[in-house]
This record gives sequence, structure tokens and C-alpha cells, in this order.
Amino acid sequence: MLEIKNLHVSVGDREILKGLTLTVKDGEVAAIMGPNGTGKSTLSYVISGREGYEVTQGEVLLDGENILELEPHVRAAKGVFLAFQYPVEIPGVATMTFLKAAMNAQRRSRGEEELATPELMKRVKEAAAKLGVSQEMLRRPLNSGFSGGEKKRMDILQMTLLQPRFGILDETDSGLDIDALRVVSEGVNSLRAPNRSFLVITHYQRLLDYIKPDTVHVMAKGAIQRSGGPELALELEERGYQEYLGEEAA
Amino acid sequence: MAARQETVARVEEIDVDAYKYGFTTDIESEKAPKGLSEDIVRFISAKKNEPDWLTEWRLEAYRRWLTMDEPNWARVKYPPIDYQDLYYYSAPKSTPGPKTLDEVDPELLRTYEKLGIPLREQEILAGVETRKVAVDAVFDSVSVATTFKDELARAGVIFCPISEAVKTHPELVRKYLGSVVPATDNFYATLNSAVFSDGSFVYVPKGVRCPMELSTYFRINEQKTGQFERTLIIADEGSYVSYLEGCTAPKRDENQLHAAVVELVALDDAEIKYSTVQNWYPGDSEGKGGIYNFVTKRGDCRGRNSHISWTQVETGSAITWKYPSCILRGDNSQGEFYSIAVSNGHQQVDSGSKMIHLGRNTRSRIVSKGISAGKSQNTYRGQVSAHRKAEGARNFTQCDSLLIGHECGAHTVPYIESKNPSAQFEHEATTSKISEDQLFYAQQRGLSAEEATALIVNGFVRDVLQQLPMEFAVEAQKLISISLEGSVG
Ligand SMILES: Nc1ncnc2c1ncn2[C@@H]1O[C@H](COP(=O)(O)OP(=O)(O)OP(=O)(O)O)[C@@H](O)[C@H]1O
Ligand SMILES: [Mg+2]
Repeated sequence: MLEIKNLHVSVGDREILKGLTLTVKDGEVAAIMGPNGTGKSTLSYVISGREGYEVTQGEVLLDGENILELEPHVRAAKGVFLAFQYPVEIPGVATMTFLKAAMNAQRRSRGEEELATPELMKRVKEAAAKLGVSQEMLRRPLNSGFSGGEKKRMDILQMTLLQPRFGILDETDSGLDIDALRVVSEGVNSLRAPNRSFLVITHYQRLLDYIKPDTVHVMAKGAIQRSGGPELALELEERGYQEYLGEEAA
Repeated sequence: MAARQETVARVEEIDVDAYKYGFTTDIESEKAPKGLSEDIVRFISAKKNEPDWLTEWRLEAYRRWLTMDEPNWARVKYPPIDYQDLYYYSAPKSTPGPKTLDEVDPELLRTYEKLGIPLREQEILAGVETRKVAVDAVFDSVSVATTFKDELARAGVIFCPISEAVKTHPELVRKYLGSVVPATDNFYATLNSAVFSDGSFVYVPKGVRCPMELSTYFRINEQKTGQFERTLIIADEGSYVSYLEGCTAPKRDENQLHAAVVELVALDDAEIKYSTVQNWYPGDSEGKGGIYNFVTKRGDCRGRNSHISWTQVETGSAITWKYPSCILRGDNSQGEFYSIAVSNGHQQVDSGSKMIHLGRNTRSRIVSKGISAGKSQNTYRGQVSAHRKAEGARNFTQCDSLLIGHECGAHTVPYIESKNPSAQFEHEATTSKISEDQLFYAQQRGLSAEEATALIVNGFVRDVLQQLPMEFAVEAQKLISISLEGSVG
């Protein structure tokens, strides 16, 4: 279970998150929708531990433990996974090499045995096949020259391999063609499990047709303004965010 | 090209004190008195029972050296060196001339063991590993052990300390010594010619493919001792040899001078691959101590279709001044230079290559990867030139710099000169930073900041590492990670 309590976050002297509170229960898929520049990506970075964001108030608890003081790789090993809005290119590092390094680093952090290369390659290949990631892509440097959609698939492949406890998808649907959207959604759906939860950030109702959320939250002005069930997403699609923005909309 | 304007927000914490090879070895040694004079040169020569011609050669170099000035064009800074405050000869007492490893002082062997070097060696001796590597180990000034001599001898390959070659193969030494790097070449090379102590000698006869990798390990142990090795490798017509040198030194507060000369000669259709893994002590986190590495390395592609390739992984030394070069004299000859230079802490590297195209259709290739972290400065300095007769000469130079943190510097200084209109030279250079985005991405996937840096750096240097003999590539990769420890987070 992930609990975010009264989270205030600043970048420089600008406050971006202004008292955000949200709970995502085990097994739950929570969707967050909200206008551009509201702080959705900021929230995902703060949960996963990126530097440069100052938490001035509040906590983020994973299974009751405040994770805000932990280094990013320690949070990752505890099961926090972020599929990035803009996945990063790492030239020179073969994708397979990167996947191996990541999987085994997490296992080491948790005090588990490292996986032997053959077993590891087998897992990668199986997961890649399901997500339509080619062998050729696995040999290329990570994300280097990949198309926008290929990068998103690569992130979901990583999520599949790392089997997180809490997965954040930051606009994973943007840039995906219709077929890719289906493949990626199926990938996510197959990971749904009683001990795994997701925070799905999106601008489009369409993704939620594929990944059916349990709860939908409207984020605006740095906080959750309203929460509801899947029907809330449909309403937003129709009416936009005006009513949540107050004077700022004018 | 300008560095990408990204700033790694972290303030770099450097822990170069973690130098792994900084132990000294307790062995009695025999030294010449401090300082340099004709008498010292004569002393060194006499110690080695050298023939008169060599004593004279040294003395001439010494006299020439007295008239020379230390070069100051490199982008490195250091206080003046007092050449009279150094020892020019130091030999572990247990030597002269061990025939097998059994005869070597066990303390010395333990030193090499600590270095992680003879592990492979011991495995080989125990028959664990099938691939053979013959090793010549130079400790301070004297060569202490050369293995596999007999097996090499059966192939006709001569691999021995140069001091021994002077006695057993004087005609070869006399013919080739100083023929690539003349005794008058430059300040440090001339000094080396006067006082060189030992080093390796290799001769591969016509048509012979050397049956194993040859390798030399250099270690400076004594305080205030300059190390001046001299290596001479001759590949006769149609022969092939691959040679690797490795270097380490203990931690010392004062700077130690290392001024080596390496000469390679490749005759018609011969090929020499020369690899270096240099890990001399780089000094502490304050920039105190460390090796001054002023080295002249040059290969002469003397014959037609000859081929010389330099590969270097440089992680150590307080100051590196080193430009392994190729003189492409023979028609169709080929020169290569692959380099990884890592600098951290207060290290200063000024390194690169020269490709001098003299013959027709000569080709050369330079791939240099510089990685700077901490407060270090890393300069690539390269020269490519084509002589009037170098019809159809080709060079491709690629020079990539990677910056870690924001207190270090990378510089590229290429000199290109062509006197033949048909010559084609290409130069590409990039400078990049390990971006905070890349680091965070990898950390989010479970890698610590250090693991993430090492992974990205390894990606950056991959095409050069591939040029190293397999078994050394792994070692070099580890070394790079070790030397960047503490450069992030
Ligand atoms: N490192 C930073 N420095 C300065 N401002 C920042 C930084 N990170 C985020 N911001 C600002 O914080 C606000 C929230 O940004 P964020 O990326 O979290 O929005 P978002 O809700 O994800 O928007 P979008 O829907 O467009 O992806 C924006 O105004 C952005 O410019
Ligand atoms: Mg965003």
C-alpha cells in the first residue's frame, strides 16, 4: 500500500505540490488525470527519489515505511518502478546489458542470489516476445534511436522483468499507435496482482478503456481535487478541467 | 564542440585515496648514490657489464641531455623536478638473473600476487588456463622474472630483459636501439637513453606468429627512485606479436618519476599489437604524491604492409605525458591508436597520438576516449601529417570526451598537416556529460549512482575495450570502475 500524506514539494522557491494526499491500496489501479503543468510528473519523481525536488512537508509511505529518505536505487529494490514520460537514451550500453545489470542490482540490494545469464536471457526473451520487442532491439544501445513508441514498450518490458510492488506509468500511452497501446495495456494488465498496485497518469480516457482503473483522481493546482470511480474519467473527457482550476482558468 | 549544458547537481566527493595497489614491498635493495652525473651513468653501465659501445651511447645521451630543456607545451602543471634528488638505479638485492620463478624472492612474488597479476600467471603454471601469457616483470629497475622462455625459444622468439639481450644478441640491440626514438629525441627520452635500467626485449623472427601473448609488468617500489625502462620490440618480415604492459606503483607522498621509452619496429608484412594497462599511483585526494609518467612510445612501420597498433587504458599517474605514435614509412603500412584515458581527483592527462604518413597508401586510425571526473584535466593532443610522397594517405580520428561532474575539464588539440594533396584526413570530436537524466534513469531501475556511472562509462569506452586481448579487457573494465569510484554521489 502506498500512502501519500499532505505532500508539499518545491523546486527552487516555487511550490509545485501543495498538500497532496492520496492512498493506493494493494491490488488497486489508480488513475490520475490533470492539466499540463499541474505536477503529475513531479509527483512521480518525488515518489521515485529524483534529486532537485525539495519535500517541505508530508510523507510517502510504502507499506507503512517512509521512503523519502531512501536513495532511488533502494526504493527501486523495494519495488517502486517508474515508466517515464520521456524515457532516456543511454548510448553505448546494450539494452540486454542494461536489463541484466538492473535485474541483478535489485536482487543484490534485496539480498537475493543473482540470476545466471542463461536464466536471465530466457526471461528477457519471453517478456520481449509478448511485448513485441525484437531481438534486434535488445542488442542495440538502450533507447538509442528508438522511436517514441519503442521507448515506451521498453519501459514496460523493464517493468515486466522487475515485477515491482508499485508501478507508476507517466503518460505511457502518449506516442503509442493503436496496436502498441493494446500490447502495452495487455502487458500492464497481465501484471495486475493482489500485491501490486499502479498509479496511471494519463490525459486520455482511451487508455482507461484498456487498463481499467479502480479509482480516478483529478489533480490540479498541485493537489488532488476530486476522487471517484472510472465514470469520473468519462466526465472529465466531456467537461475538461475548468471547474477545478478556479480563477487560474480565466 | 561545446559540452552539453547539463549540470550534475551533486558536489563530487572524491575518494582517490582508495588506490588499491598502494602497498610497498619490504625488500633489501641496492642503489646507486643519489643524483646524476657521468659517473652514475658509468656506474649503471658497469653494474650491467655493458659493452663499451653502449656505455658511450649512454654518455653521449647524458651530455646531450645536459643541453636540453624540459618541454612545457603540454597542458600539465607541476613544480620543477630536481633531477639531482633522485636515485637512478635501484635493484632488489636477491637478483642477478633468476632462471625460474622459484629463484625469485618470494616477497617479490607476493607483491605481484597482491597486484592481482600473477594470478593468471599462476593459473597458467598450474595448467588451469589454456591460454598462455609469457611474463617479464620489472621491479624498480631490474627485470626479475621472465617465464616461458624455453617455449618461446623453440618458436625462435626472443623475449628477455633488455640487459640480457645486450649480451646474448648484441647485433640486434645495436642495430635497433635508438633507431625509432633516437637518443636525442626529447628531454625525457634522452634522459632515459642515458640511465635506462631495464625493460623488455622482443624479437620475432621472419614468418613467425608468436605463440602466446607477451607481457611485462612494471612496478616502482623504492622511494625517490626514477624508473626508466626501455622496451624494444622487433617484428621481422611476416611475423606477428601481441604485447601487453601493465604498471603499478605504491602510494608515496612524494612524486615519482617514470620516463620510459618504447620502440617498435615492424618490417615487411609484420604486425605488432602493443597494449598498455597503466595504473600508476595517481596521488591522494589533495593531489599529493603520484607518478609523473613522461613516456615516449613510438612504432616504426618500416616495412611494406606492416601494421602497428597501440591500445592503452590509462587510469593512473598524477601526470601523464604520453603520445604513442606510428611512423608509417613502408608503403601500405597501417597504424592504429586506441585509447581510454580516465582522470579523477587532481590527475592531469595530456595524451594522444601522432601518425606520420611517409609512405604511399598508408592508413591510420585514432580512437580516443577521455573520461574526466573530479578536478582532473584531460587533454587529447594528436598530430596527423602526410609527407610529400604519402600519396593516398588516409587518417580517421575520433576523439570523444565524457565529463563527470562540473569541476573537471576535457580538451582536444588536433594538429593536422598535409603536404600531399591526395591525403584524406577526417577528424570527429564529441564532448558529452553523463547527464543527470541518464543517472536517474539507471538508478530508478536499481543501480546505485556508482554502478550507473560505471555502466554508462563502460558503454562509452566499449569500442576501445574490444581492441584489448580478451582476458585483459575484463581487468581494464574493473580498473576503470575502481578509478572512478567516488566520482558521483
Ligand atoms: N526541475 C524543475 N525546474 C523548474 N520547474 C520545474 C521543474 N520540474 C517541474 N517544474 C515545473 O513544475 C510544474 C509541474 O511540472 P510537471 O512536469 O510535474 O507537470 P505535469 O503535470 O506532469 O505536466 P504534463 O501533463 O505536461 O506532463 C511545471 O510548471 C514545470 O515547469
Ligand atoms: Mg508530466
